[in-house]
Amino acid sequence: MSEQTGAIRVENIVKRFGDFEAVKGITLDVKPGETFGLLGPNGAGKSTLIRMMTTLIPITSGRAFIDGNDVDADPDAVRRCMGVIPQALTSDINLTVEENLSIYAKLYSVPRAERRKNIDELLEAVDLTKWRDAETKTLSGGMRRRLEIARGLVHNPRIFFLDEPTTGLDPVSRVAVWEMLNTLKARRQLTVLLTTHYMDEADRLCDRIAIVDHGTLVALDTPANLKQSVPGNNVIEAQFQDPPGDWAERLGALAEVTSVQAEGSGMFRVLTGNGSRTTTELVEMAVHAGIAIRTLSVQNTTLDDVFVHYTGRQLRDDLVKPEAYTLPTPGMRP
Amino acid sequence: MIRMFAIVERELRKFFRSPALMLTAMIFPLIQLVILGNAFGGKITEARVGVVDYDGGPQALRVHEAFASVAANIRTFKTLRYSSDKAAQEAVRAGRLDAAVIIPPQFSRRVLAGENPSLGLLVDNSDQFLSGSVEAEMQSLTDALNQPQVQQRVVNNIAMEIVELYPYVDYMKFLLPGSITLAMFVSVMIGGGMLYIDDKARGVHEGFLVTPITRVELVLGLVSSGALKAMLAGMVLTLLGSLIAGLGVIFQPGALIQLALMIFATSFAFNAMMFLMMVRVEDPLVPRAMFGILNTLLYFPSGAVYPIAAFPPWLRLLARVDPFTYAVHGFKSVLLKEAGFQAMLPDLLFLLAIGSIALVLATRLFKRTL
Repeated sequence: MSEQTGAIRVENIVKRFGDFEAVKGITLDVKPGETFGLLGPNGAGKSTLIRMMTTLIPITSGRAFIDGNDVDADPDAVRRCMGVIPQALTSDINLTVEENLSIYAKLYSVPRAERRKNIDELLEAVDLTKWRDAETKTLSGGMRRRLEIARGLVHNPRIFFLDEPTTGLDPVSRVAVWEMLNTLKARRQLTVLLTTHYMDEADRLCDRIAIVDHGTLVALDTPANLKQSVPGNNVIEAQFQDPPGDWAERLGALAEVTSVQAEGSGMFRVLTGNGSRTTTELVEMAVHAGIAIRTLSVQNTTLDDVFVHYTGRQLRDDLVKPEAYTLPTPGMRP
Repeated sequence: MIRMFAIVERELRKFFRSPALMLTAMIFPLIQLVILGNAFGGKITEARVGVVDYDGGPQALRVHEAFASVAANIRTFKTLRYSSDKAAQEAVRAGRLDAAVIIPPQFSRRVLAGENPSLGLLVDNSDQFLSGSVEAEMQSLTDALNQPQVQQRVVNNIAMEIVELYPYVDYMKFLLPGSITLAMFVSVMIGGGMLYIDDKARGVHEGFLVTPITRVELVLGLVSSGALKAMLAGMVLTLLGSLIAGLGVIFQPGALIQLALMIFATSFAFNAMMFLMMVRVEDPLVPRAMFGILNTLLYFPSGAVYPIAAFPPWLRLLARVDPFTYAVHGFKSVLLKEAGFQAMLPDLLFLLAIGSIALVLATRLFKRTL
């Protein structure tokens, strides 16, 4: 063991698979009681990072401490103090809700009396009490996700790892999962580390966010600070009818514009420090040039913009059809 | 220990909640037992043999009488008269006859004169089993015809008396030990191999690996739950199969204990071996592809369907190291021979030993990380 400050502490951690370096020396420190978000496109190394922290794969070099326990030296101590929810739904569909929880409680050697009490409490917390004897296959996706969350907490861990906790859920179920996570976190004084593809999720749940790309940490701060770090406070999205070739440059010349990104089909994404002024000028310019505006929207900067700013790509590249997506040009970064 | 039992509990709860998979595992060997048991090992009856008589003399009549007695008694074949050897030969070729006997001209005269009389036999040897049976029957008929009309006072021929140790064993009974072993093998393949790799692919094992369960607990939990499922399949097959094949030995308490021991040792050995084979496999296709190969490689050389004594040397070698062989031998000595504990002890020990070795190796090879 070594002295440590955070609930989760990672020092210059590296993972190499043969010649390929998946994680290239990341250092971070998660404070007790904090909710920490790990963002990154697919293949950025976040899963590798989380797997090293949760004892699933050996660390090539560097160190990791979970609640003061060295992951490399004392993995069992680490396993006892953390709960881990993998991305895939792995509860057994033929077993009942209670059986799924009970088997995991036994895997953690939770004594019988405590097992019963914990399961009762957790079922209550994730609102599955009346489903306790239902076979898991009868549950909806959102309910199954809540069951998995309860399963990760059967042994009263202090640290909670969640890998994409709401992927594949409908918007209502996602909100329900968020609320449950917040309640559980407050009630059990959990430190939470989660990975997500959804920026609104990170914004809503996380105290701090780390953006990982190509195996390195490219940004780490609170959501508010990250948003402020992006030049421009507003995003204008506009689609024009047949814009001329130099349209992006002309948009870039408008007042207070910090960056322009062409997204194909006449769609442009304009970052600006003053949304209303730039919008006015943009509309005037379009009218003057005789170019019709098909759609127009003005928004505050979101974490999506932060992400694009730091990694140069959308968070979910893989979900966008290649033909509809134009690769970002080197000049687009401010 | 509680963690190991949690693994067993999970597997067994799943098993009893959706038994379809395992029922299939038991039904397959049962069907095989009934179909193969009835299809193979029967005696040839009513083969069609053509007779062409160019002689028509008194000695030819003796041959006809002998044929008539075969047709009337053991019914191995019945005879049909043909006018020429050419027609008979055509009929054999076309499959209307299974064999043809030609009684040549001058047959009676040659017999009486002692001038090397001979009968011609034309067989369809594309079916070895059938032609072999007809040939054997014909040979014994010829032997009988060669007996002198007047018996010698003192018989100086060597006779062999055959003593059958056990009541008549029909093929289905012979097949039963193999079917019981096969049921355990299929159960291990599905309940041990396939489900294990599927769980790995689904990420269920990742969920186990983040808990403090030790490598030994996890391996023992998985192996013993697989063995329990296989034991269940073995027990069901032993009971049902014995009833179908008409073996009463299952009603003797002593034999039941011996059978239980054999079922335990076989399940354990098979499961440990399966786990050893699958311990580093990630792709769910692998156990499915291996199923057919292993089935052929282990089941057929074991002496379950055909005697090992008929194998060429290299196949005998395979039979010797095949745990299936020992399982089949052990079950055979209890079910068919009621030979007592001593007879199956070597089989039991071999299975337990090979299971233990496989288990130790598998535990060593098992990765505690992904």
